[in-house]
Parts: sequence; C-alpha cells; structure tokens
Amino acid sequence: MIVESFRNKEFIEAILKKIQEKIKKIGFSPKIMEVCGTHTMTIHKFGLRKLLKDSGIEMLSGPGCPVCVTPNEIVEASIDLLSNHRNLILATFGDMTRVPTKKGSLLTSIPAEGSFKKIVYSPEECLNIAKENRDKEVVFLGAGFETTIPSIAFTIIRAFKEKIYNFSLLSALWLIPPPLQAIVKSEEININGFLYPGHVSTIIGKKPYEFIANEYKIPGTITGFEPVDILLGINDILDQILESNPLVTIQYKRAVRPEGNPKAMNMIYEVFEKKDANWRGLGLIPQSGLKLKEELSQFDAERKFNLKIKSQSKDLRGCRCGDVLKGKISPPECPSFGKTCSPESPRGPCMVSFEGACLAYYKYGY
Amino acid sequence: MCLGIPAKVIEIKEDNTGKVDYLGTKIKVNFSLIDDIKVGDYVILHAGFAISKLDEKEVEETLSLLKDFIENK
Repeated sequence: MIVESFRNKEFIEAILKKIQEKIKKIGFSPKIMEVCGTHTMTIHKFGLRKLLKDSGIEMLSGPGCPVCVTPNEIVEASIDLLSNHRNLILATFGDMTRVPTKKGSLLTSIPAEGSFKKIVYSPEECLNIAKENRDKEVVFLGAGFETTIPSIAFTIIRAFKEKIYNFSLLSALWLIPPPLQAIVKSEEININGFLYPGHVSTIIGKKPYEFIANEYKIPGTITGFEPVDILLGINDILDQILESNPLVTIQYKRAVRPEGNPKAMNMIYEVFEKKDANWRGLGLIPQSGLKLKEELSQFDAERKFNLKIKSQSKDLRGCRCGDVLKGKISPPECPSFGKTCSPESPRGPCMVSFEGACLAYYKYGY
Repeated sequence: MCLGIPAKVIEIKEDNTGKVDYLGTKIKVNFSLIDDIKVGDYVILHAGFAISKLDEKEVEETLSLLKDFIENK
C-alpha cells in the first residue's frame, strides 16, 4: 500500500509541476547529485532522468555504489587468495564476483585445491559456513557503506564471542561523507544540491552531512527510493536554492531519524577504526575506510594471510568508471559504453553492479 | 543494493532473530541492530538485518502533504 502511494502517477505529476515552476524562478539549470546507487536505479527505472532533464535539472550519479568504488587491488587480492590458498572459502556478495580485473574476476578464477567461492546474502551466513567447515578458512570479502557495516560488525562480534577463528574479513568498507567532501573540494564539477542516501542515513543520521551545507553552502536532503521520494527531495533542494538557505533536511522521515541509529553506530566503532583508503577514481581519501581494531586483528584477512594490498591497480583499458563515480562524465560519454562494455562483457564495476550508473543507463536507456 | 520496500515483522525469537514478510516471501532476519520491535511493525532490511523501524505516522504525514499538492495544483 505504501509502495503504491509513493509511485502514484497523480502525485508525481503534481510534484513535477511544482518543480517546473520553481526552476523558472531559479533561472538556471541546477546540477543535483544523487549519491546512492539505488537512487540512480530508481531515477532510471521510472524514467525520471529524462523528465527532470526536460524540466531543467541535470542529475549526476555519485560515488554511492560500494562494488564500484572498491579499487581493483582489493578484488585482485581476493582472487589471489582463492587461487593460491588450499582449503579456503571465499564468500562475498553476488556483484563482487563479476568485477573484472587484470587477473580476471572471482567468477572466472580457478580455486586452489579444496577451495571454493560462495555467494552470501548476509555476512552472518559466513559464520555457519565457518562452523560447518572447521578444516577450512572462510574469508568474507565485505564491500559496503554504513548501511552494511553494522551487520559486518555484528558478525565479527559473534565470531569473537563464539571463538570462530577460521573466519576473517577482507575489508572493502567505505564511509560516505569523506568522498562527498573530496568531490566538493576538488571543484571539478559544480554541484547545486545533493540527494543524500536514504539507508546509509538510517545509520549515520543527518549530522555527518552538515559541513556541506555550512562550509560549502550546498543544499541537500536525505531521501528514499520511490519516485515520489526522489521528486520530493528535489523539490526540497529547489526550495533551499530559492531561499538561499542550504540545509540538510530529511525527506525520508518514515525511515530516517535525525540522530540515525546509535546502537548500530556504537557497534561499528566497537569493532572498527577509521583508516585512509584508496577509492576507485577518487584516489586516496583520508579517514574514509575502516579496518578492524588491533584487538580483533585475528579476524583481519589482510594480516592473517599477509596480503600486500598497496599500490592502486590499473583499471581495464577503456574503463572510465572512475570518472563516472566523480560525476565528471555520464556513462554514455565513455567511449567503451555499449560498445566494448556491456552487462554481458563488462570492462568495469559500474557496468556490473545493480547500483552501477553504467548498468542503469544501459538497462533503462537515458 | 538498498531495498526500499519495507518488510512486515511476523516472528521474533528470544535470540533477536525472526522472520519478516517481504512482498509475500518469508525471510529470516536478525533484529539485533534495532530496539523496541514487535510483530506487525514494518522494518527496512539490509543484508539479513533490520536496520530501521518504519514510522507509520510519518508515512501518513507525507501522504497528506502529497494530497495537498494535488488539491493546490
């Protein structure tokens, strides 16, 4: 019932009309970045990108797809683990297995003797796999933002309490506010508003984005994943532009509290600490990733298997995922898009992941 | 991938796990990340965990705002 209301045609038409009136008053075409990959999907699936473009708004896709921002060296490290270590189970989310690197993908890699790969839906599944396979090492390649990180933190706590020492984590865990700061600081593109991610914000709340409104004077709102949510969010940003009053508002009030989810936040920092991390396209961003705390390092796959994940691996030739993630180009501006790069034969993660901008453009048109 | 459609809680066990109905499919879920949850509530799911409880009052408020939009079109 809720879903039907938030996809209601009459509502969509009414908000769109308001948006068009406001654009006339504003007098320029604002560029709005949808930070979350699932926003990108909604915007394409419901044909909003074109509707908005015709109304004078340019939507840019942001760095909100965890599979996409994970640089190849982490995926390559997981491929090396799977191919070189006997009796090892490499578990991860489905999208991660198809990311192409110079070493192939997890899907195409041949595991060492007694090893295999396993797609999981929840990180907690790894603990049962580890208990059932005491003679093997279970490594979870965990890619995710603040939405996913609490579930991984919970899993680590359980592994510690239940002494499941044949489980470890290969961390591809990312924090959302630091890359947004990197994007606004770089001044490569001029952004007039941000649609902040709905479910990351259920965990972190609104405060971590406030520097964008206060220091950089860019409006923004936390919004949900239905077409009505996206349009109400944009309507809110236009109000802030009109009133020259940049804020962080919450449009997605049915799921997001201003303070976020303190219980989940405490769990994250019980287990992890921040580290400088390399992002695809965005490069090294200070304090933007997470690693396990020293006292839990026995669950750190990097340490356990002495992995040397250092230099940034090169993307496949012709892949411009990095520029797409920064909003510097839109997917069709990449020369490989739809030609040498497609969902059947992807050159980079943005064409693989269900949150990837290239896949959204390819699947639904633009 | 974020799941925007909320799921209805149908069973909560003592260990904070239970089941939800997500578009007609019954799924095992861990409720450890949220408090004060009861059968009949709607929750947002992510990677096998409930991460937020849906505020049905806020749903009503948004819907009434939308109805205003239509009336003042």
